[in-house]
Amino acid sequence: MYGLKFPHSARTREIRFVLNGSETSVRVPPGYTLLETLRYVLRMTGTKEGCARGDCGECTVLVDGVPVHACLTLMSQVEGRSVLTVEGIDRQHRLIRAFVEEGAVQCGHCTPGIVVAAYHLLSQVPRPTEEQVREALRGNLCRCTGYVKIIRAVLKAGEA
Amino acid sequence: MSAAQLLLERRAEYSVIGKPVPKVDGDLKVTGAARYVDDVKLPNMLYAKVLRSPYPHARIKRIDVSGALRVPGVVAVVTAHDFKLGRLGILQDHPPLKGDKVRSVRDEVAAVAAVDEETAERALEEITVEYEELPAVFDPIEAMKDGAPLIHEELGTNVAPVNFTFHSHPPEEIERVFERARAVVEGEFRTQYMNASPLGTMGVVAHYDSAGYLTVYTNTQAPFLYRRDLARVLGMDPMRIRVVQTEIGGSFGRGMDLYPPDVIACLLSIKARAPVRLVYTRQEELMYAPPRQPVIVRMRTAADRDGRLLAREARVFLDAGPYVSWGPYDGRVMMVTTTSMYNVPYVSYDAKVIYTNNPYTGTQRGAGNPQITFAIEQQMDELAEELGMDPVEFRLLNANRPNTVTPQGIRITSCAMAEAIRRAAELIGWRGRGSLGPNRGIGFACYFHVGGGARIYRSDGCGAVIVADDFGQIALITGSTDIGTGSDTALAQIVAEVLGVPVSWVRVVNDVDVSLRPWDVGTHASRATFVAGNAALMAAREARRVLVKGAAEVLGVSEDDVELRDGYAFSRSDPSRRIEIPKLIRRIHFRERGNVVLATAFYDPPNEMQDERWYGNISATYTFGCQAVQVRVDPETMQVFVERVVSVHDIGRVLNPLTAEGQVHGGVAMGLGLSLYEELVLERGAVVNSTLMDYLLPTALEVPPDVQAVFVGEDDPEGPFGAKGLGETGTVPTAAAVANAIYDAIGVRPRRTPITPEYLWRLKREKGK
Repeated sequence: MYGLKFPHSARTREIRFVLNGSETSVRVPPGYTLLETLRYVLRMTGTKEGCARGDCGECTVLVDGVPVHACLTLMSQVEGRSVLTVEGIDRQHRLIRAFVEEGAVQCGHCTPGIVVAAYHLLSQVPRPTEEQVREALRGNLCRCTGYVKIIRAVLKAGEA
Repeated sequence: MSAAQLLLERRAEYSVIGKPVPKVDGDLKVTGAARYVDDVKLPNMLYAKVLRSPYPHARIKRIDVSGALRVPGVVAVVTAHDFKLGRLGILQDHPPLKGDKVRSVRDEVAAVAAVDEETAERALEEITVEYEELPAVFDPIEAMKDGAPLIHEELGTNVAPVNFTFHSHPPEEIERVFERARAVVEGEFRTQYMNASPLGTMGVVAHYDSAGYLTVYTNTQAPFLYRRDLARVLGMDPMRIRVVQTEIGGSFGRGMDLYPPDVIACLLSIKARAPVRLVYTRQEELMYAPPRQPVIVRMRTAADRDGRLLAREARVFLDAGPYVSWGPYDGRVMMVTTTSMYNVPYVSYDAKVIYTNNPYTGTQRGAGNPQITFAIEQQMDELAEELGMDPVEFRLLNANRPNTVTPQGIRITSCAMAEAIRRAAELIGWRGRGSLGPNRGIGFACYFHVGGGARIYRSDGCGAVIVADDFGQIALITGSTDIGTGSDTALAQIVAEVLGVPVSWVRVVNDVDVSLRPWDVGTHASRATFVAGNAALMAAREARRVLVKGAAEVLGVSEDDVELRDGYAFSRSDPSRRIEIPKLIRRIHFRERGNVVLATAFYDPPNEMQDERWYGNISATYTFGCQAVQVRVDPETMQVFVERVVSVHDIGRVLNPLTAEGQVHGGVAMGLGLSLYEELVLERGAVVNSTLMDYLLPTALEVPPDVQAVFVGEDDPEGPFGAKGLGETGTVPTAAAVANAIYDAIGVRPRRTPITPEYLWRLKREKGK
């Protein structure tokens, strides 16, 4: 497996899980994280790497509906479970539309992780308050927007 | 310009200009479809890692890489001895790989390309380097003293050969003004090392192919200069180098220069004959990306008893680290603000650039302006207090007015500074000093920034090409790059407005090899929308002429009677005579002696390269504003809570309120980071807080709910549709306004950033003594 970011030894294991609604099977070596698998094995680059140690929230995905840092989640923890990444949220989804229409995106590198975190919030609290939105996004860093329009977009999606 | 065009452009009601048009790249980015440099993967791509010096200052006696070459999976290793390379940087003082001497702990000594990152990292451990440690210096003031270790021995001094000195009058004369002034304030201000911390780290994928072409995928901000510098440093024919910008995951000034990792990835690819990826991890980004220029400012300002500013003097010390990149050149931005932000007749400015063994510095959003504004705007408050004046009244009295030439030759045209001050005071509810009671306060700070390009190179221009395809899609090929700010959306709006088509029909092209794009000097100095916008406007007018001529023929009316709007060309006198623009384009195209709709333009703003005395009008127009900040200080913990920010900007016509507000919000957040939270902590020149747990970027909890972006002022005569640049301005006044608000709340004046609880506690304790 020439050209992977990480060593890909012969001792791989098959892992089955549901990715954005589809049965998926990958062979990965021990110690591979969900982020490495998404980005470097499955080539799904919508989930970004910001720090690879759980500080920035860029790689936020849902595992069985719960937000996790994909960079800190081992593939063995994903086996048999259901993973949702930004690619699994439809372009016409009210949250995506709200982000675009409210101008809640600048460089866009942090945006997929924030969209997934907000998607989870709305699944738990359909009409969140501003404080709840801030609290839910406190683990997601954004350097461009100052968060103002991001919070506005999530509130708008919550009203829909 | 025809009468019809004049009519179009002066019409108060535009179709898309000034409207909250969603970003043209919004869907791409929100859905995760955008591809950044860390998403680039080429067949047979290798991964690179760099070996850096463990010593801040040492001579290299021997490098042995044979061990690394024996590691299975390693394909190439490079050191300074493998290639004859040019040097990097404005002064060309920076070897991309260090062969004889290292001058900081980030200095690159060798690099490895291997089949994966871990193998490359493991191979670095097999490289042996023998060093002879030298004494090092980490304080710029110490570094200027006799006997300090010399960073570049051949210079015989640590003061870099850069002259940033400007005097409006002979020094003795300025001194006499200070002596006779009614009020003089004096102080030293310091700002910190900051990491730009875009969420996308810096990186490059270089591919030298077997045909001898080098293709580089990069997140630089200045791709044309990047190509030129890369060719010079590698000694390669530029025609064999292709530079492609990927989507940029933020940059904020970090991508202004060509840096060692860019060159190293190319060298490894040349050796390995395979694509090589060198993308920084977050830790590498925090440790090795060029940080914001820290400054030491010693400033004096004088006023007469009526409260008019008489004189200002700034002595600035800029720690360059061992190599001069763009950071120290913040010195000349600071100079312009010192001389031209307010109406002050006598000014004296001097900045020294000093080599040390600290990290070499870059520039960051605002480019020195937040740093110098921190000093100027605190002294404005100090002077007002000393004169017994209200700080708002004092600023109004000294604010610049339209059509002013400043002592440095800055020609101010449109300027709503006074209006901005009044609006900020009104919206924050200013009722005078100390009116919010104990531990709560309001502070003001104004700003002044370039808003019409900045002639820091001989060219400040940008080219534009418009070509329509036969489906009616209008491609704008621009030299300019959107680094996240929304400039592409502004360009699309400008083209759509002039051609009378929906914004969605316009495709902004800048993701191709730069040799397919018309020249641009780079995305910096808040210039993209102004300069590239004017180029797009000129090209669009040209394309419009082709469409109008064609429509006149097709509709059988005179050209003066043709209007383009909502995707149609129609007769103004008889609107029932109309044709869809895509159909019109096909009619122009598919006929005997047909034509394509193709237009080009180049815009170079009417600004000046400053002369050897630093006199000259560097920008075609300037932006002004005033920011009011309300804070609460916890008297127990000394923690500062920012409760409200009112940020008022004169940026001419607002082309898009969504993206304009976004620039202000983001700029304010970055300014709050500078004010209160962020600092790269160095120990003997090494960054010790190299994670985002330890380097504190503002989160959604730190940025106050109430950040109000307000726009005042009129159309700028030179701006596209009257617009001026805005990318940096939210950041510029924030730290000064926060410091003034803290003084209003608790009566101590913070003169350094970040204003941590510990620092405030010390100030408070000293005051109590």
